[in-house]
Amino acid sequence: MSDAPPTGLKSWLTTTDHKRIGLLYFWTALGFFLVGGLEALVIRLQLAQPNGHMVSAETYNQLFTMHGTTMVFLALMPLAASFFNYIVPLQIGARDVAFPRLNAFSYWVFLLGGLFLNASWLVGPLFHAGMLNVAPDGGWFGYANLTERQFSPGPNIDFWVLGLQILGISSLAAGFNFIVTILNLRAPGMKMMRLPAFTWMTLVTQFIIITAFPVITVALVFLLFDRFFGTHFYLPQAGGTPLLWQHLFWLFGHPEVYILILPAMGIVSDVLPTFARKPLFGYTVVVYSGILIGFMGWGVWSHHMFAVGLGPIADSVFAATTMLIAVPTGVKIFNWVATLWGGDIHGTTALHFAVGFIAMFIIGGLSGVSHASPPADLQQTDTYYVVAHIHYVLFGGTVAGLFAGVYYWWPKMTGRLLSETLGKWHFWLQFVGMNLAFFPMHFIGLLGMPRRIYTYSPDLGVSDLNLVSTVGAFLIAVSILVFLYNLWRTRRHGQRASNDPWGGATLEWSIPSPPPVYNFSVIPTVTNRLPRWRTELHGPMQDPPAMPPAPIHVPGGSWWPMVAALGLPVMALAPLTHTPWVAFVGVALLLFGIYRWAFEPFEV
Amino acid sequence: MTHAAHAATAHHTSMGLDSRKLGLWAFIGSECLLFGSLISTYLVYKGRSVVGPYPHDILNIPFTSVSTFDLLMSSLMMVLALAAVQRGDMKWGKIWLFSTALLGLIFLGGQVIEFTEFVHKGLTISTNLFGCTFFVLTGTHGAHVAVGVLWLLTLWVRALQGKLGSANAMTVEITGLYWHFVDVVWIVIFTVVYLIQ
Amino acid sequence: MPRIRLWLLAAALAVSGCSGPFPQSTLHPRSDFARATDVLFTEIFWWAAAVFVVVELLLVVAIVRFRHRAGRPAPKPMHGHTLMEIAWTLAPAVILVFVAVPTVRTIFATAGDAPPDALKVEVIGHQWWWEYRYPDLGITTANEMHVPVDQSVQVAITSADVIHSFWAPALGGKRDAIPGKTTFIAFRADSVGDYSGQCAEFCGASHANMRLRVMVESGVGFEAWVAQQKDGAAAPPKASLAEQGKAIYARSACIGCHAIQGVSPGVIGPNLTHVGSRSTIAGGIFPNDSAHLARWIADAPSLKPGSMMTRMQPPLSDADIAALVAYLAILK
Repeated sequence: MSDAPPTGLKSWLTTTDHKRIGLLYFWTALGFFLVGGLEALVIRLQLAQPNGHMVSAETYNQLFTMHGTTMVFLALMPLAASFFNYIVPLQIGARDVAFPRLNAFSYWVFLLGGLFLNASWLVGPLFHAGMLNVAPDGGWFGYANLTERQFSPGPNIDFWVLGLQILGISSLAAGFNFIVTILNLRAPGMKMMRLPAFTWMTLVTQFIIITAFPVITVALVFLLFDRFFGTHFYLPQAGGTPLLWQHLFWLFGHPEVYILILPAMGIVSDVLPTFARKPLFGYTVVVYSGILIGFMGWGVWSHHMFAVGLGPIADSVFAATTMLIAVPTGVKIFNWVATLWGGDIHGTTALHFAVGFIAMFIIGGLSGVSHASPPADLQQTDTYYVVAHIHYVLFGGTVAGLFAGVYYWWPKMTGRLLSETLGKWHFWLQFVGMNLAFFPMHFIGLLGMPRRIYTYSPDLGVSDLNLVSTVGAFLIAVSILVFLYNLWRTRRHGQRASNDPWGGATLEWSIPSPPPVYNFSVIPTVTNRLPRWRTELHGPMQDPPAMPPAPIHVPGGSWWPMVAALGLPVMALAPLTHTPWVAFVGVALLLFGIYRWAFEPFEV
Repeated sequence: MTHAAHAATAHHTSMGLDSRKLGLWAFIGSECLLFGSLISTYLVYKGRSVVGPYPHDILNIPFTSVSTFDLLMSSLMMVLALAAVQRGDMKWGKIWLFSTALLGLIFLGGQVIEFTEFVHKGLTISTNLFGCTFFVLTGTHGAHVAVGVLWLLTLWVRALQGKLGSANAMTVEITGLYWHFVDVVWIVIFTVVYLIQ
Repeated sequence: MPRIRLWLLAAALAVSGCSGPFPQSTLHPRSDFARATDVLFTEIFWWAAAVFVVVELLLVVAIVRFRHRAGRPAPKPMHGHTLMEIAWTLAPAVILVFVAVPTVRTIFATAGDAPPDALKVEVIGHQWWWEYRYPDLGITTANEMHVPVDQSVQVAITSADVIHSFWAPALGGKRDAIPGKTTFIAFRADSVGDYSGQCAEFCGASHANMRLRVMVESGVGFEAWVAQQKDGAAAPPKASLAEQGKAIYARSACIGCHAIQGVSPGVIGPNLTHVGSRSTIAGGIFPNDSAHLARWIADAPSLKPGSMMTRMQPPLSDADIAALVAYLAILK
């Protein structure tokens, strides 16, 4: 039994504790979130005025490509993963995830993949590029055939293809891990329909990840082979078609949208009941609509391709499936409002963000309906109208949901409460900032400004609107600074958290904050969906004792996940630098790591 | 109390299914999408090559039928290996494990011969769309077989060292699950690429 | 109804200090295609606005009315309500039917089929300019498309390199230009005017600099334009600067890429036979005047990142450039 967690750098590098890995995910993803945010600020500075020339066209194209790629793959997904890691095992009453070392492997692959991608900002001279930055510049969607060697000869797209390939492995490994964890490591009595909503949405998300990522893997393999081995998957002159990329990419890309939004929906579904002091309204419906969204997300990909001209029948079908997906989404929103209705609403920062999520997500959802309609979409797609839409969904929605999670679970993760005063400042600055930044984009788009342009003509009449948007972006930046200050201040001065500072219904609040390494001194037996609450049917559960009555085995750390993870970026260096033998070093590292990992004594 | 403490260990699970096995099933589900995308691409690009050689010029169905039979037999060996390990008969366990790996190696050898012959006949990965889709699809499958062979040989060596017994039957079962999956994928590829031209 | 929406937009723009005109606006349709999408969007907009008001109002009422107050009794644990679930499943579904029906109708109405007597225009996207061909008239031009008012136009779109997207918002929605594939739109412009647009699919370094114009002209005006374009290239007056320019053109690298009827057959860059009749150069980003033309000829990549028109090696003298400019200017 070891109550005191080990300390020191080595203990972090070799950790297999889901809580520590959760924190590693959080800090790493926060770092990338800041990088992606800085990229956004430079973009907004460039567009603050027409004919802007703060950065060159080449650099601008790298900035928006990396902003999108970073926010999707290096910030939002891993921020959600930080909660999957930290919170899900606690919510299901488990001591760790099913495969703790695979979990560490996922983290290291994510970190190394993120560093690999971002190294492209600084290594231009190594490729004789004539500029410092050779970051990917084909858009986060990397449309072929622009991303083929013929039109993108530099290392930029190589970084992107290889980096995403690495990151995909991280997501897939984590996906298998969390599916097994949630299905298999539930405490006695924790039936599937007693799982907290966040855990449910995590499960749905993982199923989407393990089915959607193989598709992008294949798409990227084709592009990789086209770029390095002379295949013609996306080359029209050889009979291929660049549209194959679009189909494969969006077959992944639309489910990816749900990978980004469902965890935030799960967080909101947990936060609202806690602070309304009322169970989640229509739990079953919320869960099933989440599952339904996960399924339907597979049948809508071509709505990203209406301008391609797939023909009126395909357009009609995909318009219909896309509109249908608004139904389960709307149902969720109504259930959230009904959860608040009749409650005793405590206006904490977490609740502010959760309500902000609903308010903003509605706007993103409704503009989404307008481009679910192909003829309307033909005027909207690839304009700032769509930029407004995705930011209402992913910033107003996902980011707000994730912040709700941060304020809600931070005391559990660190033992200290974030300042509520600073939290409110953060919320209102971010709320005003995002509406200033993104609402004008609806008009900018409708007035005819395409996206992904590094400069625009003053004749378009959108200069002032763009300036407003830039001011909004900086207001968001200020709100994030307030948040960072709040994190920093809380380290020393934050109020200490009890087991349960909010009066939560779920199992994570039954144990100390932060939890001991073994989480639960005694694995609880669950008898209902709101174990820690008194309802008309049952009283609250008894929390596990402070001291474990019997010794608990806690697995030690391992170096091998990190060694194996290191093999992947090394393998990627081979094509990037055109030195095949490096691939063997990478494979050797990977195999060595896996073999040591497989045969080291490690009992979970 | 001790029972509750044990609940979180790998021995007891909510689904009553070994976690590694459940994980491998999830992995197989994921792999279906991987091969599904590759096979779909092959089908979408079928007949769209602008230059030859075309499939009917080059595919050697009798040869590949033998390979396919070989891989099917390896699945049979795998079943026998698992049965032997489960009943603690490590003598036959070792033999069947090695046979499975050997048949896997023979399949890979067949693929090397096939690829080499195709290259001699003028079909490389960059010749035409058929070459692109054929080599990437069958190559990806070959890589899966290679991983399986490595895995099987590892188990075989563990068995030789006396470190694999009936207590590890689950490890063998999971290996078998993977191996059978790779075999099934080949049946699909063989049908789609070779038989339906 | 559209008027109210425009008024709303105007109000929003007034707040931000903007004013028109908005040459690339999607809200000022000037063709049947653009009007159809605009009507549809207006319909969707009002449904969305109604849903927005109702749901946000419910949300705000909930958080204000049920905010925590000292002494408020503990809320009743309400787990759900089947009838309400059914109601708020059906409500959006019904609204979506009202959106879906006109959507499908408009999809088929704007599918890109024009009557057989329509004027045919082929659009070819290049990095980073537009080529237009009128196959029935034997005209090839760049960046500025001319069409007659009140006549159907069938536009066939493809690309010579990467994917682009042809978009002139006043005349209709965008359609991708895809290498190896031809896509179509059809429209019938209803007002004479000069409408701007630009490439809408990210296509590399100078995607922002791939602009275009569509000149909708009266029948007479269009006829005159056609007659002018069908003429051969203008010949420079004897012993003029333009004549020197023609000689310089004919012996320089220009001819490798550009076509001037009777002078050079290049097909990589824009056809210059009537370049003097166009109002802009360089993919629609600069006015076609001698100052811009001179800078452009001297060093295109510095004006347009990634431009395929490289700096001339060895560089042309200022005098040579002035002569070239004079020549291009007479190619009306």
